[in-house]
Amino acid sequence: MWLWAYTVFARVQKGKHRSDFPLSHLVTEVAHLSLVIEIGGMPVRVNTFDPAFLELLERRYSGFVNDSGDAEIEFDVELTPPNPADRDADVEVKYRFGRWSLSRGDFRAEWEPSARRGWIRQSANPYAIDAVLRIVHTLVLARQGGFLLHSASAIRNGKAFLFAGVSEAGKTTISRVAPPDVTLLTDEISYVRKSADGYLAFGTPFTGELGKLGENVSAPISTLYLLAKGHENRIEPITPGEATRSLLANLLFFAEDEALIQATFHSAFDFVSRVPVAKLTFVPDARVWELIA
Amino acid sequence: MSKLYVARNPRVAARSLDGEMMIMSGRDSTLFTLNKTATILWQAADGATSLDEIVKLRICSEFDVEPAEALQDAENLARELASREILEVSEEPIPHRNPAGASR
Repeated sequence: MWLWAYTVFARVQKGKHRSDFPLSHLVTEVAHLSLVIEIGGMPVRVNTFDPAFLELLERRYSGFVNDSGDAEIEFDVELTPPNPADRDADVEVKYRFGRWSLSRGDFRAEWEPSARRGWIRQSANPYAIDAVLRIVHTLVLARQGGFLLHSASAIRNGKAFLFAGVSEAGKTTISRVAPPDVTLLTDEISYVRKSADGYLAFGTPFTGELGKLGENVSAPISTLYLLAKGHENRIEPITPGEATRSLLANLLFFAEDEALIQATFHSAFDFVSRVPVAKLTFVPDARVWELIA
Repeated sequence: MSKLYVARNPRVAARSLDGEMMIMSGRDSTLFTLNKTATILWQAADGATSLDEIVKLRICSEFDVEPAEALQDAENLARELASREILEVSEEPIPHRNPAGASR
């Protein structure tokens, strides 16, 4: 072929109805079976009638549980018996008749944005609800110019730095070797929200191999680094096209929805036009942080 | 050979960056990057101008290439992009539609 070319990169436990049941007891019980998980400044209430599951969530999202009570979205969780469903199965996310339908091998969920409510049907494990939360956040962020990015992120001197890359690129490594003055936001999935002046990175409870939750704080994003392990520490410039392709390749997005796909595509370009992006080659030890300030 | 008309699929998102055209399929999120000549074809694909006119006016005038060879390659590329729902190809002019994912 001459000259022509293109590249493909490509709730409810039934309430005990007992007339002699003290009201104060009921109120206490309900309050104990609900919690608000706030990630990226977006509070999501989760309702369950299972105390053990609630405790599991409180532990899983420690640091991200908001006691204020207000929530932008509310989910009722119906627990099902454990099953060996495949957590690696493809996620399906579709929008029909005003509702998002989310499913994977180990859960089914629906969310009606206009009502700000939904339900999740899953067994008592943290992985399914974790997936639902990630998906819901991507859907909300896509309409606001933000996104979830497959990257580590951290704050140093009031500025946030993102470290993107595929598995084994070094996200967990660079997080593990961070000096004490660095606040870790995540070693796996970064939360990026558009602001009036640029972009903010928020801490997330979404962890990688480090297994340590990020701090629930945020800061303006200074630089996005594309990670590569090497024999020396160096920062190299990259073209805007390469930056955009790499950013798009590391975005988390699940919905089969043309409008949101297009919105996310344009958000990537906007991000690259506002935030410096560079390649960071590093030796896997703490010295790489001498370049990041 | 009958005339072919090509039009950008309004259901894709496209942006040009430093002369490089990037296109994302709204169907499956596949990202395509077009080179310079493919970008010329993409930008000229208005549904009203035939492919042979595009090749004659936009390609052969700028590149040292045989018109017949350029047209054949252009048709192959157009059909390949059409199979991926990036472009639409028709033997009739393609009416203009709202470019929801128009290139910027």
